[in-house]
Amino acid sequence: MSESERASGAHEYRTAIAASYASCHDCGKLARMPGGHVRGVRCPRCGAALHLRKPNSLQRTWALVIAAAICYVPANLLPVMTVTSLGKPTADTIMSGVVYFLEHGDWPLALVIFTASIFVPMMKLAILVFLLISVQRRSSWRPVERTRMYRLTEAIGRWSMVDIYVITIMVALVRLGNLATIEASAGAVFFGAVVVITIFAAESFDPRIIWDRSEPETR
Amino acid sequence: MPSANLVACECCDLLHRLPRVPEGHTAKCRRCGDLLRRRPRNGLERTLALALASSVLFIVANSFPFLAFDMKGLSTQTTLLTGVVDLWQAGKQEIAALVFLTIELAPALQIGLILWVLGPLRFGQRPWQLPHAFRMLRHAQTWSMLEVFLVGILVAIVKLLAMASVVPGLALWSFVLLIGVLTAAVSSFDPEEVWERLEGEP
Repeated sequence: MSESERASGAHEYRTAIAASYASCHDCGKLARMPGGHVRGVRCPRCGAALHLRKPNSLQRTWALVIAAAICYVPANLLPVMTVTSLGKPTADTIMSGVVYFLEHGDWPLALVIFTASIFVPMMKLAILVFLLISVQRRSSWRPVERTRMYRLTEAIGRWSMVDIYVITIMVALVRLGNLATIEASAGAVFFGAVVVITIFAAESFDPRIIWDRSEPETR
Repeated sequence: MPSANLVACECCDLLHRLPRVPEGHTAKCRRCGDLLRRRPRNGLERTLALALASSVLFIVANSFPFLAFDMKGLSTQTTLLTGVVDLWQAGKQEIAALVFLTIELAPALQIGLILWVLGPLRFGQRPWQLPHAFRMLRHAQTWSMLEVFLVGILVAIVKLLAMASVVPGLALWSFVLLIGVLTAAVSSFDPEEVWERLEGEP
């Protein structure tokens, strides 16, 4: 063990890009890039196109973050679900779903819905905007913590789907003719779009650029 | 110097000379703490068994009644796919497609692709189109959201209990088991070990 630790010490804070290596996005294999040029080079193991960094990471992530922020407005203002009970329709927005549980004293569920549908998408967008700006300003502020923030946005995005699933299940179950029916409304489509676009946005951001910019001397 | 055990951290690009990770251990990046390598115990054999179990549970979860709803003598019986079909017919195709992708297609691909890779390997064959299978598996993992659906079920049940009674069916229990078994299959699956086995061949 001590031998391997000494061996890795020889590469003290040396990055793959500085040593002219590119790691494959698909299989993780490290490939040597003589001259640091990778255009058109393919992974020797799995044949995927190699890139030193995800291509156009900043531009792509910005575009997707802005698109998600635009969809976020109608997702919250428009009703996501319409409940028709005895011929009388009531429209529910995401927030009114939270309020419903609060009024019935069911604060744990109110908290679940609030976290999944309102807090998670907002935090995801806020973190991505913060990371994008910090990278563009070549900030060297706490790269470990910023990398951790990135991993958090990657892990939590899926939980925003809870509300979409609640609507799907209610639509399926409540089909009682004149007595009660439930329909999905336009807000749900925008909300689904926010979830999908933010997942793509997190995927297109390359966390390695946090380190590239903060430590130019290692290049 | 062989570069075979040289790896770069996916999160911060730091190079590591990685000794062979023992079974049941993980290696993490020295700088940012991201996972470099995880070698599960009996990885491939266990993954194959869990994937086979998942395929049975997946079929049961899709073939039997999922939830039933009773209100003043009127009852609705649903399967896992009922909501998707209803949303599609009601003109909300986008939501129907998203739900179908995340609770049907992506999990089915996860199970199918693991079997696709590990089935032939078990009999000493090189899996067909291996790089494509790995790539699709990675995407399937991003979009498979069974555990989130389970939370959705719980919330919906609590919401509906105020109106009437909700009866869980056999498929729901199978679905809950599927989440556990498929998660175990995915976390014990180690693509690196597949590559090592193939490259170790003479």
